[in-house]
Amino acid sequence: MDIRKDIQRRKRLDALFGVLGLIALMIGVLTFVTLFADMAIKGLGRLDWDFFTSFPSRRAGQAGILSAWVGSTLVMVVTAFFAVPLGVAAGVYLEEYARKNWVTDLIEINITNLAGVPSIVYGLLALGLFVYQFGFGQSILSAGLTLALLILPVVIVATREAIRSIPQAIREASYALGATQWQTVRYHILPYSSAGILTGIIIGMARAIGETAPIITIGALTFIAFLPPSPVRPEPPFLSFEWLLSPFTVMPIQMFNWTSRPEAAFQVNAAAAGFVLVVMTLAMNGAAIWLRYRLRRNLKW
Amino acid sequence: MSAPEMFMTTTQLAPKAEVRNLDFYYGDFRALNGISMTVHEHHVTALIGPSGCGKSTFLRCFNRMHDLYPGNRYDGQIVLHPDNTDLLAREVDPIEVRMRIGMVFQKPNPFPKSIFENVAYGLRVRGESSRRRIEEKVEQALQDAALIDEVKDRMHEPAYNLSGGQQQRLCIARALATDPELLLFDEPTSALDPIATASIEELIHDLKEQVTILIVTHNMQQAARVSDYTAYMYLGELIEFGVTDDLFIKPKMKQTEDYITGRFG
Amino acid sequence: MVRERAIEAVLFLAALVSVFTTVGIVYVLVKESVVFFQQVSIVEFLTDTQWTPLFDDAHFGIMVLLSGTLTSSVVALSIAIPLGTLIAIYLSEFAPFKLREIAKPFLELLGGVPTIVYGYFALLFVTPLLQKIYPELPGFNLLAAGIVMGIMIIPYVASISEDAMRAVPMSLREGSYAMGATRLQTALHVVFPAAFSGVAAAYILGISRAVGETMILAVAAGMQPNLTFNPLEPAATITAYIVQVALGDLPHGSVGYQTIFAAGLSLMLITLVFNIAGHVLRKRFREAY
Repeated sequence: MDIRKDIQRRKRLDALFGVLGLIALMIGVLTFVTLFADMAIKGLGRLDWDFFTSFPSRRAGQAGILSAWVGSTLVMVVTAFFAVPLGVAAGVYLEEYARKNWVTDLIEINITNLAGVPSIVYGLLALGLFVYQFGFGQSILSAGLTLALLILPVVIVATREAIRSIPQAIREASYALGATQWQTVRYHILPYSSAGILTGIIIGMARAIGETAPIITIGALTFIAFLPPSPVRPEPPFLSFEWLLSPFTVMPIQMFNWTSRPEAAFQVNAAAAGFVLVVMTLAMNGAAIWLRYRLRRNLKW
Repeated sequence: MSAPEMFMTTTQLAPKAEVRNLDFYYGDFRALNGISMTVHEHHVTALIGPSGCGKSTFLRCFNRMHDLYPGNRYDGQIVLHPDNTDLLAREVDPIEVRMRIGMVFQKPNPFPKSIFENVAYGLRVRGESSRRRIEEKVEQALQDAALIDEVKDRMHEPAYNLSGGQQQRLCIARALATDPELLLFDEPTSALDPIATASIEELIHDLKEQVTILIVTHNMQQAARVSDYTAYMYLGELIEFGVTDDLFIKPKMKQTEDYITGRFG
Repeated sequence: MVRERAIEAVLFLAALVSVFTTVGIVYVLVKESVVFFQQVSIVEFLTDTQWTPLFDDAHFGIMVLLSGTLTSSVVALSIAIPLGTLIAIYLSEFAPFKLREIAKPFLELLGGVPTIVYGYFALLFVTPLLQKIYPELPGFNLLAAGIVMGIMIIPYVASISEDAMRAVPMSLREGSYAMGATRLQTALHVVFPAAFSGVAAAYILGISRAVGETMILAVAAGMQPNLTFNPLEPAATITAYIVQVALGDLPHGSVGYQTIFAAGLSLMLITLVFNIAGHVLRKRFREAY
């Protein structure tokens, strides 16, 4: 029957497309696996205690990522310190307080736009504003502020979506009992949306750890053989903020530096550093995805 | 002889489709239970019943719509004449079924294309390439759907520019363009205003000469106006089936009578 | 009551930070660029065919850097857009539910790999691989960088396109299937056109990412400005140039220092145009349903 042959032909095209789609997906999988394996094979052997506790050195065999991961950690602390309160506060404002007027529109357009600005432009902003205008210099503080601004849209969007999924009935119940707006936010909205917000924060931080361009632009040094001053001091007042204004380096920059060296031994170092970076970002993104999955399953309003 | 009886003997009363003991399961839930019925060729058969009685579920068995969603199961047969094909058999490709049986949905769903391309879609899907034949069929279908006068000057404009009633007639034209043997209507006027509804009902009455029609409606008066045969369903079962006039004036089952007189539903 | 107002004001200020950021970016870029353009004419900036800002005989033709950006972006997008669309259609219309549940998070992970790692991959894995096929390929080249950049962008294109397609109502699909169409016909002739504004927004996001990408190009394409449209050559993009200058030691206030802001301003303008286009398209896509 003619109609049957036509159907067979069309279904064959269907199946062919299915195969093509799967192949396209496999290209992504293959790239990821190859990338990971390449770094693991080349770099895993280099990962030992010394690698994590040594400073970079002109001799590849003695070089390590101590200053890099300490720098990354300190920068992340500053980033989180600014991005989390600012992002969550902005998200809460936009969802719970903002009225529909041109100011709100302006803010929302800005957030959407900023999400699409290349990261290096944030670096230029930081260079002109934080490093020179405000005089923070080429320091951990400047880096943390820059990255905080960079991931702010991520945190804001995640906060808004988490808040949006809270049913109106809950708010109404709170108000009906005489609670103020802030009390409702503090005792209901924030606790219920905290998991979703956390997911957004983790994703934002994962992004910040891997950012290189803005940090280079600020002027992070690629060869640092010292650590920033410790935040904890033996004498009173026991806490120091000197480290905020200290020069520093971060993991991605260290990797960049080693990748740029032609000697094969440095490339091994680069692979090792890269492996650590990928594992870190994978773990963080994976945690966020898992958290989101658990959230969706357990959420029973 | 009463008028209906005369009607029955003077016109050929051939079955277009025979439903034999149909069960249908959504997963473990049995939504349709032991339905047997005949759909007569070149007549309009209406399915009525309260919300949730399974009339749409039943309708969608005819063109294997349930195959699009996982977890569904048919049990029983729907035999299409004249070739005696069981539409529900696993060896029968749902695509083939849908090429013989058309459907018009509750809410008009024209494609994001021009008026012309909407009607031509079924032909193109079949691989029809002759421009002349497509134009002929599109024009014919629009005429049959009583839409041609309103759109003949704007065939290449987006279908979304049409009003609700016009869009529904467009969907009817779209279904007609491929010469279906059976046309399924799933509450076609529930989203339309009374004037549009009246024009669709008139259209259905005119169409039955060229195609067999099975229509689901929650509006009893519509069933009475439009159909030759009516089937009353309740909770997944076929309670009563008969000539429309008979069923509405003198229903055989008390349940039917309760529904028709508005005692419930 | 006063406390409530105070809290609201604080939250409002937090929200305003985004506006301040944009203002800050514009201020910084324009301030330095204005000084720059007092010394270099805009005409020269746009038409000169050399970019040698640090030489004694300095030339400031942005075209040179633009050619690198353009070429690498074209390579990247010719991978990201077809593959991303293909994956999106496949996941939305063909893939079984379980596969979709695994593939979507996986794509997210793929997009979360730091770009410096992709840069390393492009330089030290892809380029040697390509050199096996084409031995004359230089160690730094736009092709390897473009390919890896394209693969990096696939998750963005696929994810947003797929969301757009899933938003197409089931009733439209049923209308197509009821006419006897196959899954492929329904996907290509009904779902994809219906989702097109959303898909176009995804494409534009991809373009934005490609134009703004820095590290993959800085590492694998070299940082030598080179006016070329041949991907088999090394070249510097706008972004890579800024990195190169930042790595060096430029005195604050010199012409060399200002060039990175002029370059940054050009970059901002380009991405701004694309972001606005994407925004307009996304609004249209949301209004359609």
